[in-house]
Amino acid sequence: MSPSPPPPSESPAFAPRNYLNSPETGLRSWLTTRDHKRIGVMFLVATSVFFAVGGLFALLIRIELLSPSPFIMDAMTYNRLFTLHGVVMIFLFMIPAIPSGFGNFLLPLMLGAKDVAFPRLNLLSFYVYVAGALLALYGMVHGGADTGWTFYTPYSTTTVTRVVPILLGVFIIGFSSILTGLNFIVTTHALRAPGMGWMKMPLFVWSIYATSIIQILATPVLGMTLLLVAIEHAFGWGLFNPALGGDPVLFQHFFWFYSHPAVYIMVLPAMAVISEVVCAFAHKNIFGYKAVAYSSLGIAFVGFFTWGHHMFTSGQSPVDAGIFGVLSMFVGIFTAIKVFNWTATLYKGSIWFKTPFAYFIGFLFFLVFGGMTGIALATVSLDVDWHDTYFVVAHFHFVMVGAVMMAFLAALHYWFPKITGRTYPEGWGLVAAVMIILGFNFTFIPQFLLGNMGMPRRYFSYPARFHALNVASTAGASVLAMGLVIVLVYLLIALRFGPAAGRNPWRSRGFEWDTPSPPPPENFEVTPVITRGPHVYDDEAVEYPAHAPEPKHAT
Amino acid sequence: MQPSPLAHHFESLDKQAHASRLAMWIFLATEVLLFTALFAGYSVYRFLFYDGFSQCSRSIETWIGFVNTLILVTSSFTVATGLNFAAKGQGRKTGLFFGISVLFALAFLGLKAVEYTHHFQEGQLPGPYYHFAAVKAAGGPLFFSLYFLITGLHAFHVIVGMTVLIVIGVLAYRGRFSPAYHVPVENAALYWHLVDLIWIFVFPLIYLI
Repeated sequence: MSPSPPPPSESPAFAPRNYLNSPETGLRSWLTTRDHKRIGVMFLVATSVFFAVGGLFALLIRIELLSPSPFIMDAMTYNRLFTLHGVVMIFLFMIPAIPSGFGNFLLPLMLGAKDVAFPRLNLLSFYVYVAGALLALYGMVHGGADTGWTFYTPYSTTTVTRVVPILLGVFIIGFSSILTGLNFIVTTHALRAPGMGWMKMPLFVWSIYATSIIQILATPVLGMTLLLVAIEHAFGWGLFNPALGGDPVLFQHFFWFYSHPAVYIMVLPAMAVISEVVCAFAHKNIFGYKAVAYSSLGIAFVGFFTWGHHMFTSGQSPVDAGIFGVLSMFVGIFTAIKVFNWTATLYKGSIWFKTPFAYFIGFLFFLVFGGMTGIALATVSLDVDWHDTYFVVAHFHFVMVGAVMMAFLAALHYWFPKITGRTYPEGWGLVAAVMIILGFNFTFIPQFLLGNMGMPRRYFSYPARFHALNVASTAGASVLAMGLVIVLVYLLIALRFGPAAGRNPWRSRGFEWDTPSPPPPENFEVTPVITRGPHVYDDEAVEYPAHAPEPKHAT
Repeated sequence: MQPSPLAHHFESLDKQAHASRLAMWIFLATEVLLFTALFAGYSVYRFLFYDGFSQCSRSIETWIGFVNTLILVTSSFTVATGLNFAAKGQGRKTGLFFGISVLFALAFLGLKAVEYTHHFQEGQLPGPYYHFAAVKAAGGPLFFSLYFLITGLHAFHVIVGMTVLIVIGVLAYRGRFSPAYHVPVENAALYWHLVDLIWIFVFPLIYLI
């Protein structure tokens, strides 16, 4: 990037004038800000709070399942808890966390822009999210819902629990998702810095762009569907209730038309993060830039034609089921392209084993393991056996929670110096990463086995032969939770007392590191002119990280 | 003097206009998908309840739908004319033509209200409120559930579109736009065209076939 940034020794360790302290620092200046960085941070804080809430629900569920018979709660409470766990984790944490949080903070920085295309819309998106989340939260406190996060009809339209506020809350959050997606697409089209062609965009941007396309195309259908369920629950119009002539399978089609692509709304941003992290910590050019970039679009595209694989047992014709099964496997091809390119990037790199890299390893394992079980589940004959068992639960937790959480944590550690200007304690970071990765495996590998033994999901009690594995799973969950608490504690301490990080502690070649940490309100002192590609580590200007191993092989 | 419409983070008015236009098109795509869910639902139920749906479809006043189609298409023409004047820098005429379009929109809503009143009298109502004597075939209540959802959501869009036309029309009348920068007028016109376009699908789907 030109003019070339000053070498780190000349730049002050902690940028004196930055988005955190100027133009103002008061709460009011944050709540009315149009700075994408502040909005991104507010999204990160809000989504992290809901991550904690959803995690708490998960722990309560796991504690209940310690015993085959009722233990700490009744069946109704249990049903509410797993519903709320799903709703909170999916709609309030995973869908907005990486795109609206990190995406907001990083997208303009990576494009060399001063802000997103529509800053006011961006702030509106945050408040819409908060309003929807509060409404959903109100619904959870006042009665909750026992339908599962999928809101399957006719149960969801006849249940006595108060499902309407939660449905409307999710409906409102959808608008936030649409607004953010729209903003990002326009930003990517209209606000790239001079010199940045499409093939010079960082891979993070490519993945977020693909995510945004899914967000704007799929979310309206979900919004309409949930609205119809709410109307039916409130007024009994009979749209999806077979007793009144409605077709419940139609609901499933509508629901999964959004909610399957929504899986890619969650995992594509995770892949976005990983593409950045792997280059920075292997200190090597990305292998197969175009393949990684286009495979994001490929996943976004194919993701729209796979929804029927959720309905293999809902009375689809065998031909439909077969087609949906094969189309689902295409996702595996695009994902494999990414995985192979990431691993090829490591080859002959000078790997720097820091916390984000530990999460990268975890991500790779969870994505491949979860992905392979996904291919197995896309096989109709196998799915008929595994449908609605813990095998499915373990599969999607590996991909959606395992992979996405790994990427979220990798992003949190990798960009922590950029966002806050401070460093986190590396030793604690690695300890927590090991605990989280091991804890996660101990939580969900037993669930694969349970599912294969035939334990159905969402059941309150179970036969005694499933007892040992359930205890193992709960034990794993507590290690996982402990690891996450450690992360929370040391990051909060580092926020206040962490040593100043300097402009670019990782010696990363990502464009966002060319500006001081934390960045000034207008992002760059001078509008950057892009002269090199992203993730380029083989030109003369490259600096190796302090204490990083020297490259063993000159490439 | 007017404050410059150029926001600080754009290089030029051209780029800013490009961004606004692109955003509008993306927004329209989400609107189309919103209605698509309802249209898909309608099509499925029409297939499942052929008799009920065709009898109900014939029981509603085709002439009102037809006149409303004419009204909306004409209003699209007046909006396009208004936009044309904005491009030439004749903001007052833009305001006038947008005003005429708003009158058309009011006429549309008026006819829709007449139609709704009629449905209420006849008992052509959604779901459990349905007590329409003329059609006993299965699917009648569902037809009117979807009828009210689709036309209701469309009417809501007409009201929103009307509001947009009023705001932008007044601004244009006061000379806020220039031949170089009139993207808000363009976007308002685009939105109104979409409202029409959706009706172009609603009319045959509900009234004709």
